Amino acid sequence: MNGTSKTSRAILLDGLWHDNPVFRQILGICSTLAVTNQVLNTTVMCVSLTLVTAASCLTVSLLRHWTPRNIRMMVQTLIIASYVIVVDILLKAYWPEMSRNLGPYVGLIITNCIIMGRCEAFAGSNRPLPSLLDGLACGLGYSLVLLVIAVPRELMGMGTILGYPVPYFVDIWDPWVIMVMPPGAFFTLACVIWLARGLQARKEST
Amino acid sequence: MLSRIKVGPAPHIKAAYSTRRIMLDVMIALVPAIAMSVVYFRVRAAVLITVCVLACAATEWLCNRIRRRPDSLHDGSAMLTGLILALSLPPALPVWAAVLGSAFAIAIGKMVFGGLGSNIFNPAMAGRLFLTASFGTLMTTWTVPGTLGPVQTGSDQMAQMPAVAAANTLPNSPELQAVTQATPLAWSKEAIKGKSPVDTANRMIRPALVGQVGGCLGETSALALLVGGVYLLIRRTITFHIPLAVLGSALLCAAIGWLLKPEAYASPLLHLAGGGLLLGAFFIATDPVTAPLSHRGMVLFGVGVGVLTMLIRMVGEYPEGVMFAVFLMNAVTPLIDRLCRVTPFGGVPRG
Repeated sequence: MNGTSKTSRAILLDGLWHDNPVFRQILGICSTLAVTNQVLNTTVMCVSLTLVTAASCLTVSLLRHWTPRNIRMMVQTLIIASYVIVVDILLKAYWPEMSRNLGPYVGLIITNCIIMGRCEAFAGSNRPLPSLLDGLACGLGYSLVLLVIAVPRELMGMGTILGYPVPYFVDIWDPWVIMVMPPGAFFTLACVIWLARGLQARKEST
Repeated sequence: MLSRIKVGPAPHIKAAYSTRRIMLDVMIALVPAIAMSVVYFRVRAAVLITVCVLACAATEWLCNRIRRRPDSLHDGSAMLTGLILALSLPPALPVWAAVLGSAFAIAIGKMVFGGLGSNIFNPAMAGRLFLTASFGTLMTTWTVPGTLGPVQTGSDQMAQMPAVAAANTLPNSPELQAVTQATPLAWSKEAIKGKSPVDTANRMIRPALVGQVGGCLGETSALALLVGGVYLLIRRTITFHIPLAVLGSALLCAAIGWLLKPEAYASPLLHLAGGGLLLGAFFIATDPVTAPLSHRGMVLFGVGVGVLTMLIRMVGEYPEGVMFAVFLMNAVTPLIDRLCRVTPFGGVPRG
């Protein structure tokens, strides 16, 4: 994993699919379960996380030669925390409503294992540009899964997408309330992991 | 000559019990309840029961196909799950919801754990819980049994219930297909909240015994359930421990409330006859997969189910609590099993 042995293409594909943080590494599950009941909230969460991950990875990589090995985790945490605070303040200032909707989960981005994992596993030992790309790819991989979970949850649970009513689902379909409740997140996540791994296994065996 | 001698490990004499036999016995025991549900809810009951049994069987078959496992339909457990689920559903439930509940019960409640014997929760209750959480209104719309007609609604005891009285003044028009009405337990809940006199609930004890009250398909007639339960006990398909512990502890809890505050809490007999307590005690809590193995464990489990049910009925927000109680106790069954480990005969006692 040292140096720039991986091509940009490989980094992107790994983050999005082969080594996807959610369904392959099972990281960041807390927010996957918590903020996927409405597509809009999910989208904001995904954008915030992707930005924080990319920026943190870039910074960690830039500072990698000046960070003492034995306190690198603390440095990483400080870097991540700074970006999370920036995102949190931005949301509070320009979109207070959304900030209230997401509640503590914006602040909790700092505890998202994906960011720390990428800083530790990739950015700490790679050059800045590949690290930035890796952070972006993992953030996008996370967003991909979250949206795949959020769309059916909001659709089946409330009959809307992004708050807009979907024809069949608002009038004929009886909303499955359980889908917007916590159990719905578990069921959907399990199904998504199952599907994704099933697809991956098929590809690997042929 | 030698080829006729079979060489094999013990045991050589086997009991006649097989999974299939047990499931069949429980189904036979449910026949009176099924018959009563068809009598009271007519075609709706027949349709719902058929749909649930077929949907459960189909889901099990499909899950086995997907996982490339040998077919397990022949043990009859899927059909029994469908039957119990159907009997615990309100009669007015749409068919698609019944299908969905059945599919959830078998696929998520049983097959993802590895099939019969590996499931943590009672599959039928998992299906019902899914439906309750998803479709709150559908799962609490209680139609009055079809045979009720003028016999009961015309009498003065029913006329004292404001909601029912209002509904029954409607002319007998062809558009009117069903009348909905609160269940005995709903009246009991109203009484606890002080919104209606407790007498309203207590008057329903006798109708609840026969089954002329609103409620789930299989739970309306207490007598039919008792007959089935006694059959299971005589056949020794179940032991008396769980049903006795469930009913005993529930009765005790109800009696405490009734004796302390008879103006708020309904009679223990109503709690016994109304709602799903009998169905739960004899047919749901006794599921051999999700209940403890030892007799001591079974008693603990049963007391847990009974007490939780009554707590939910008397203190909680929901009028009925059998489903939640069984589900919660299923979750602690492994703990109970560890607590009540049986020392093997001749083994060294622990300590």
